[in-house]
Amino acid sequence: MIKFWGWIKENYLAIVTPVVLLLIWEAASQLGWIRANLLPGPSAIFMVLVELVKTGELIINLGISIIRVAEGFIIGAALGVLVGVQVALVKKLRVAVSLIFGVLRPIPVIAWIPVLILWLGIDEGSKVTVIAIGSFWTVLVSVVQGIRNVDIKYLEVATILEKDRLTLLTKVILPATLPALFTGVRVGIDVAWRSVVAAELIAASSGIGYMIMYARELSQIDTVLVGVLSIGLTGIVIDQLLIILEKRLLKWNVNIHEA
Amino acid sequence: MSEANTNPQILQFSKLNKAFKIGTELIEVVKDVNLTVKPGEFVSIIGPSGCGKSTLLRLVVGLERNFTGEIRLGEELITGPGVNRGMVFQEARLFPWLTVEENVAFGLGNSESKAERSQVVNEHLELVGLSNFAAAYPSQLSGGMQQRVSIARALVNRPQVLLLDEPFGALDAITRIHMQQEIIRIWQAEKTTILLVTHDIDEAIFLGDRVVVMSKRPATIKTIISVDLPRPRDRNSFDFVKLRRKIYTEFFSEVEVPFAYSI
Repeated sequence: MIKFWGWIKENYLAIVTPVVLLLIWEAASQLGWIRANLLPGPSAIFMVLVELVKTGELIINLGISIIRVAEGFIIGAALGVLVGVQVALVKKLRVAVSLIFGVLRPIPVIAWIPVLILWLGIDEGSKVTVIAIGSFWTVLVSVVQGIRNVDIKYLEVATILEKDRLTLLTKVILPATLPALFTGVRVGIDVAWRSVVAAELIAASSGIGYMIMYARELSQIDTVLVGVLSIGLTGIVIDQLLIILEKRLLKWNVNIHEA
Repeated sequence: MSEANTNPQILQFSKLNKAFKIGTELIEVVKDVNLTVKPGEFVSIIGPSGCGKSTLLRLVVGLERNFTGEIRLGEELITGPGVNRGMVFQEARLFPWLTVEENVAFGLGNSESKAERSQVVNEHLELVGLSNFAAAYPSQLSGGMQQRVSIARALVNRPQVLLLDEPFGALDAITRIHMQQEIIRIWQAEKTTILLVTHDIDEAIFLGDRVVVMSKRPATIKTIISVDLPRPRDRNSFDFVKLRRKIYTEFFSEVEVPFAYSI
């Protein structure tokens, strides 16, 4: 409880600022300064939100998108870690793939969407693949960077103690890489979340992106806004969950406890 | 392999030379070092900073290769790393993701059973006086305590020779003196051969059976001074001060030390 009040004391501005802005916004729309068919007031949006939660439309669509992100991210991140470890440790492989990766990595994930729709159709396959591609690169880069930045001092200790490659990898290199990997995962989920919405906006028959697009066609600006804001809220929840997980897993890392 | 023989062995350097290639230039760091360290002896190596004395230890532990000459530990010709040689660096180099206990256990090979491992680890934590901190993470310890853990990790294999590379250089003066007393106690308990590199004249005399004075780069042995003082040693005793002065003049021989008596 004391901890909670301490948190409030330090972060009350984070709460107060949006509340004040919401009040101004609400007042502006009540007084008719903003046209409701372009930007309804917060209370109107909230009513729609409640209704969409009640009918299940929001939860179902959001749930579908989250499942897609989870599937795509797990595939992409797992491949990213596997390939990243190999690329970082095996010099020949690193040289072999350097040009290919150099060309493929800068391609925005969204550019793959038309390609994947042609290849895999508009079903789950194309969406999960888009997410997997997006998260693959971010996780790959963070793993390679993390491994290549492992302090040589730690490696020397393992060398002196005649550790085999497996011990070196599991006890020294991977733990030392974890903080960088976590940063990669957080950025990767962000990318995954963006990619799914983009994919659903372009072609889908379900998901939060589809819900937004469908409401736009019906000119339901309030539903569109509920959809857009719910993406942001889901994003912040996922990020906070990851921070908690990071603190749990990396309790030795003094740097993250400060934040 | 080496764990079978835990008795300290004689350590011999003969005609040891080591050069580093920097750019296109070949820079000699260690030149014609001949030294015999008796089993169980404590030898301090002192020299100007950057002279190559640390390289000497890195050669013994197997971190540097491509040298000419020979290093022998007992009968074994040293060509690479081995657990019969333990090393402590200036920084403790503990893995921050492992607890104190796990860091010490990291020193061990995979041959022992779980019970044996934890027994050996506990013994060594006791030896360095950190039994109560087994579950702590390195970041929760002071610099001196971290260095104790590092010493325990280096000793846990019962190496025939322990190499200390300026191990107390980063500690404050009072902690350093404590640690010097500790290392003597540990040395007497473990009866291992110790080779200490330091730039602290007092430390070299306080700890060493002999003090090897190295020259500027490339490091050659300038002189070897026997420290025939009884232990525990008194840093302010007449003989100690005399030795300190003798070593001091090895480094600053060109300078006339002005001397004034005030009566």
